[in-house]
Amino acid sequence: MTRTLAVLTAALAALSLLVGQAGFGVVDGTILWELRAPRTLLALAVGAGLGASGAALQGLLRNRLADPGLLGVTGGASLGAVLAYYYGLAAFLPLALPAGGLVGAAVASGAILALASRTGTGASLVLAGIAVSSLAGAAVAVALSFAPNPFALAEITVWLLGSLEDRGWREVALALPAVAAGLALLLGLGRRLDALSLGEATAASLGVDVAATVRRAAAGAALAVGAGAAVAGGVGFVGLIVPNLLRLRAGERPGALLLPSALGGAALVVAADIAVRLVPLQQELRLGVLTALLGAPLLLHLAVAHGGRP
Amino acid sequence: MIAARGLVVTRGGRRVLDGVSLVLESGALTALAGPNGAGKTTLLSALAGLVVPDRGTVSVDGVALASLHRVERARRIAWLEQGARAAWGLTVREIAALGRLPHGDAGAAEVAAALEACGLEALAGRRVDTLSGGEARRAMLARVLATGAEALLLDEPAADLDPAQGFALMRLLRREAERGRTVAVVLHDLSLAARFADRIVLLAEGRIAADGAAATVMTPEHAGRVFGVRIGTDEIPTVLP
Repeated sequence: MTRTLAVLTAALAALSLLVGQAGFGVVDGTILWELRAPRTLLALAVGAGLGASGAALQGLLRNRLADPGLLGVTGGASLGAVLAYYYGLAAFLPLALPAGGLVGAAVASGAILALASRTGTGASLVLAGIAVSSLAGAAVAVALSFAPNPFALAEITVWLLGSLEDRGWREVALALPAVAAGLALLLGLGRRLDALSLGEATAASLGVDVAATVRRAAAGAALAVGAGAAVAGGVGFVGLIVPNLLRLRAGERPGALLLPSALGGAALVVAADIAVRLVPLQQELRLGVLTALLGAPLLLHLAVAHGGRP
Repeated sequence: MIAARGLVVTRGGRRVLDGVSLVLESGALTALAGPNGAGKTTLLSALAGLVVPDRGTVSVDGVALASLHRVERARRIAWLEQGARAAWGLTVREIAALGRLPHGDAGAAEVAAALEACGLEALAGRRVDTLSGGEARRAMLARVLATGAEALLLDEPAADLDPAQGFALMRLLRREAERGRTVAVVLHDLSLAARFADRIVLLAEGRIAADGAAATVMTPEHAGRVFGVRIGTDEIPTVLP
């Protein structure tokens, strides 16, 4: 399973290097290196972060509907980026946007971790995440209502939809280390998440430090998802869908889903990013729009197939 | 052997445990009984080190529980939660193998032995969410046995099992006690307690109301005082037909 996914991801990444406005294949070395390579790398990183975070949070919360978006980190990243726009920083400092996103994600993660650490349970993590997410959403709405000019409003809205268009090595340098660190934290959670299948009390009786596990999962997801959102904007549904699809084939043990979900998430985002470049529209279809278009029917299918099961 | 001294646990201003002292000997099957809210579950959790008492101490084989690292504690004490169930469709073998977590090994031999003891060899590859209630309960028990812990603390393992399944479960626990393990079981079914336990500890309002062999604990006086029911001597459920 893991090997199949790895091969699929590698094949899609190779294909992603060959697709673009300039035409199919290696048209030009500069285009390959300066445009398509960083874009592909970012798609892989964003997808892997979302997939692994989704699998870890679903395992942690024992709920197949948990999504990295629940944590509020994506909301924080959006707010940070919107503020960078709002104050016009993005106009004369190209890195201001992703950097603002990163700062926003970090502030949101800090708030969530501080709130969740007080009780150290998965439920408190979700509550803290929803609170931070709502607050960030409201703040973004405020920023939008007071947008200095119509162009800024349009740009912010487009950014929020998520895209990897025109991202370069700067963005890779900004996001990749954080995503990698987040993945390292998440992928080491396997057995602890397995134990949490039996509930937090039973996991504790098996010697698992539940509060530390909650903190580590939250920190890992915050790094992996926050850094991704800072460069790519809001790419939804990947973290929700990928683990659920894999569960049908790879079994339901949470620890066994982490690595496959990282690979599956990477494959899905790379595939979606290839698709947005191929759809012949005047402006590229936004990545976040496409993942939502693909994700919603899949989610509906899962809801119908699994009925009321948690 | 697990020893508790002067346990006091307060929840929401109410003393759930109010000075409980007791010693669970190795090689004995002890039943914890009492009406709802008597503090049975809290006592068992405190003995397992999962509830930190406001006052009092718990020790396992003479070592204070508070001084043991949580992994070391998990190797010595296995605990089964009341109504334990798995959130995901894990296989029976995957559930049993979770018992090896404190040891950090696969423990294939221990897992196989636990599955066999619970009569689950044929179901080892089945997802636990496709099993009957009794089978799923046995899978949870296999997880407890696979830890190889010296002490087994089980909270209502017989709840909603039919009589045959309940008997089989208690026989299995008896065997574990006879092998020298410390076994304590919260039981609502007093006839099971009377039939299989070496000793019954009767709890009422956070205190030990009676403690001893079934014949000395299951008296009309205790039934009246602890459970608030009036029964004749001949109705006391010492042994089922």
